[in-house]
Amino acid sequence: MSEHSMDDIKSHVKVYMLVFAALAVLTMVTVAASYLNLSTGEAIFLALSIASIKGSLVVSYFMHLISEKALITWILMLTLAFFFVLMFIPTISFFDWVNIS
Amino acid sequence: MSNDHHHEEGFWRKYIFSVDHKVIGLQYGITSMLFLLFGFCLMLIMRWQLAYPEEAVPIVGKLLGDGGILLPEIYNSLGAMHGTIMIFLGIVPLGVGAFGNYFVPLQIGAPDMAFPKLNMASYWSYFVGGVIMLTSFFSPEGAARSGWTSYPPLADIEVGQTFWLIGMLFLITSSLLGSINFITTIIQLRAPGLTWMRLPFFVWSQFVTSFLLVLAFPPLEAAAVLQLMDRVAGTSFFLPSGLVVSGELLNVSGGGSPLLWQHLFWFLAHPEVYVLILPAMGIVAEVIANNSRKPLWGYKSLVYAVIFLGFMSFIVWAHHMFITGMGSAMSAFFQTTTMIISIPSVIILSALFISLWGGSIRFNTPMLFALAFLPMFGIGGLTGLPLGLAAADIHLHDTYYVIGHFHYIVAPGTIFALFAGIYYWFPKITGRKLNEGLGKLHFWPSLIFMNLIFMPMMIQGLAGVSRRLWDGGLQYAHASGTLQLNEFMSVSAWLLGLAQIPFIINIFYSMKNGEKTDKNPWHSTTLEWTAPSPPLPHVNFEVIPEVHRDPYEYSIPGRKRDYTPQTEPKKG
Amino acid sequence: MEIPFTVKERPDTGLINSKLGIWLFLASEVMLFGGLFSAYVFLRIGAPAGAFHEWGQELNIPLATLNTLILISSSVTMVMSWASLKMDDFKKYKLYMGLTLLCALGFLVIKYFEYTTKFHHGIFPGTNTFMAIYFTLTGLHGLHIIGGMIVNGYFFGPGSKMWSTEPEHFTNRIEIAGLYWHFVDLVWIFLFPVLYLL
Repeated sequence: MSEHSMDDIKSHVKVYMLVFAALAVLTMVTVAASYLNLSTGEAIFLALSIASIKGSLVVSYFMHLISEKALITWILMLTLAFFFVLMFIPTISFFDWVNIS
Repeated sequence: MSNDHHHEEGFWRKYIFSVDHKVIGLQYGITSMLFLLFGFCLMLIMRWQLAYPEEAVPIVGKLLGDGGILLPEIYNSLGAMHGTIMIFLGIVPLGVGAFGNYFVPLQIGAPDMAFPKLNMASYWSYFVGGVIMLTSFFSPEGAARSGWTSYPPLADIEVGQTFWLIGMLFLITSSLLGSINFITTIIQLRAPGLTWMRLPFFVWSQFVTSFLLVLAFPPLEAAAVLQLMDRVAGTSFFLPSGLVVSGELLNVSGGGSPLLWQHLFWFLAHPEVYVLILPAMGIVAEVIANNSRKPLWGYKSLVYAVIFLGFMSFIVWAHHMFITGMGSAMSAFFQTTTMIISIPSVIILSALFISLWGGSIRFNTPMLFALAFLPMFGIGGLTGLPLGLAAADIHLHDTYYVIGHFHYIVAPGTIFALFAGIYYWFPKITGRKLNEGLGKLHFWPSLIFMNLIFMPMMIQGLAGVSRRLWDGGLQYAHASGTLQLNEFMSVSAWLLGLAQIPFIINIFYSMKNGEKTDKNPWHSTTLEWTAPSPPLPHVNFEVIPEVHRDPYEYSIPGRKRDYTPQTEPKKG
Repeated sequence: MEIPFTVKERPDTGLINSKLGIWLFLASEVMLFGGLFSAYVFLRIGAPAGAFHEWGQELNIPLATLNTLILISSSVTMVMSWASLKMDDFKKYKLYMGLTLLCALGFLVIKYFEYTTKFHHGIFPGTNTFMAIYFTLTGLHGLHIIGGMIVNGYFFGPGSKMWSTEPEHFTNRIEIAGLYWHFVDLVWIFLFPVLYLL
């Protein structure tokens, strides 16, 4: 808050514009990539990777996480851990069944 | 200063739409206790049916129609709503909304919660959710009847469920807003000198509870939205293909999965049971330390155990799903995590027990309830072990054993701890003590009848009597040996109800005529006892406290008094 | 009544209360959308092989790409509205906040056309499980956009009066609103490829 000087903010604005450009480019890249003939697994991996990069840019620079206090980052790490549990366990359960035969 | 206009607060601003955490805490307290009473009454009606199947229910029978006999569908509504109301409208709002709201700011030396307006919004969201749940009884279709667990496909197509889902959305919102407030308050508003390891254990338990709420409730909110979509938008999130209802193929796309609901539901509902117990453990810790005149044994262990417990609670949920056909990898994983999670629970219970050793025990009413909590929670927790082991669970799942297990934890467990809290903190809220004679008249019968209701359930469960049977197992040969217990349990339940009358009388009597007390009648060390009784509107303390000591400096050798408040400066 | 650390940071955490509060709220939102994404994965695996990809062909990629660019732009304008306040330029703040609101409106208009086109072709949430999760995910996201517009609209309009009396407090509020808005953009950054491209 108070530690930002006018020059600080101006350099931040430069970063915002660069991030904006990167996001726009990556959007076009991800759309173009969807027209490649990839297998489903490869397509998912590529799309999620690009989305993760875009997401990281938004979180780090627009949301200032890169210069944010450690406490916030810890809370987010904890949240992400449970997010992944939520993602993977139901999926794994799909492939682990009792053999009824 | 903006303080001035508070002198002019009108009735509505002061008592109804207040942003003062104490008023909001009392609002939560009164509302939740009324809901607990209502949920209790629903059970009393159910237990009539179980004791005397197909005999007309007295008094309320006139409202039920059909000659006053409880139809299976109505029995199921009472059951689903009993669970829903007790958990979401009763225990959690009382343990977190009432006790947490009132006493966390006081115990950390803060003037209020970090977000007072958000706090008010939380309460009213809860209120609206509660009203929706209540009015569902009077809707044309009646209240939800698919269990508090609302499993599809039944919950997708059964009546009353839409009200339930909308009510849940309001309740979940209330919880989310509240938990954000609690976490921020505890991190940001601790008084000068109040370091993390000087926090009363009650505050730690509320802190971990709020993390559980903020991270575990949203997936249930998502699931509730999905079930609403299934019910009103014709989707098939939880409806498998080829589902036949009443002889007809259901006209939906199909392709959905009932298991999806179970995973999303239990992802919340398992942490939810820790939300039910943690505030209770916090209260018991406060009351035990105070009434044994000794510091809590193993404070650091308690803190690390409760943090570990909170974390583990997110990865045990599928132990509620052992019989869904999951394979050995999943079963082994969840069985293992479930066994591991019993360790911090045992550490906490043991530390509380050991805290009594060598103490100067005062057997006042709050202490009696806190002491009773220990073995009752012990029984509840230990009976959970066979349920957490997949092989044993196959036999016990969905039987009365489960009902006995969790009721031991919540009823003579959590509710007793909440009673302890009421008796302990009543003087801080009102400036008067509750009557000790009436307190003991409340305690002893309650303890006895709680055990007479829930221990026989273990026997019925082991015999294989299923839960949610409207006739209590009458039709099943394997239940016949245990059916006589039904009447016994029902009579005990009605007597348990009578045992609450001294408590209700006590509250109303003592508010006006109870023994007047000073700031600190129990000679306690924690910060809330340095504020006036009741604490000052909006600011709580005359002077913001400065903390110099650990939370439980009781009977420290060489000191004049057997207690030293946290605010007392250290010499030299 | 003064609640400490509403404008000045608490020394040991370095945070003001609202900053911590909004991040906690966003953490809960991660779990909310996480539940829905988890449902997507579950339903996709449970559907016949290739079904989700096939059913997904009904979606309009160019329109959604445009929407993605619109939302990213709104994120830039949002952060610029905060930066303008840091640089003491209230006029620029109004300009950028106004643009943010316009972009949000544009996003919703496009979504409106997407939805109505589907209904016109007889495609509804009940048509198949892909459409069910598509409408639910984008619908909930859309509700979050509307919520953000209401908050931003308030700060553009009547709420902006606070700039003249408590500029630092107001700037903080815009930063907090911005965090929420960027999160809504973040969700779409994942929604777009998952629903439209896979």
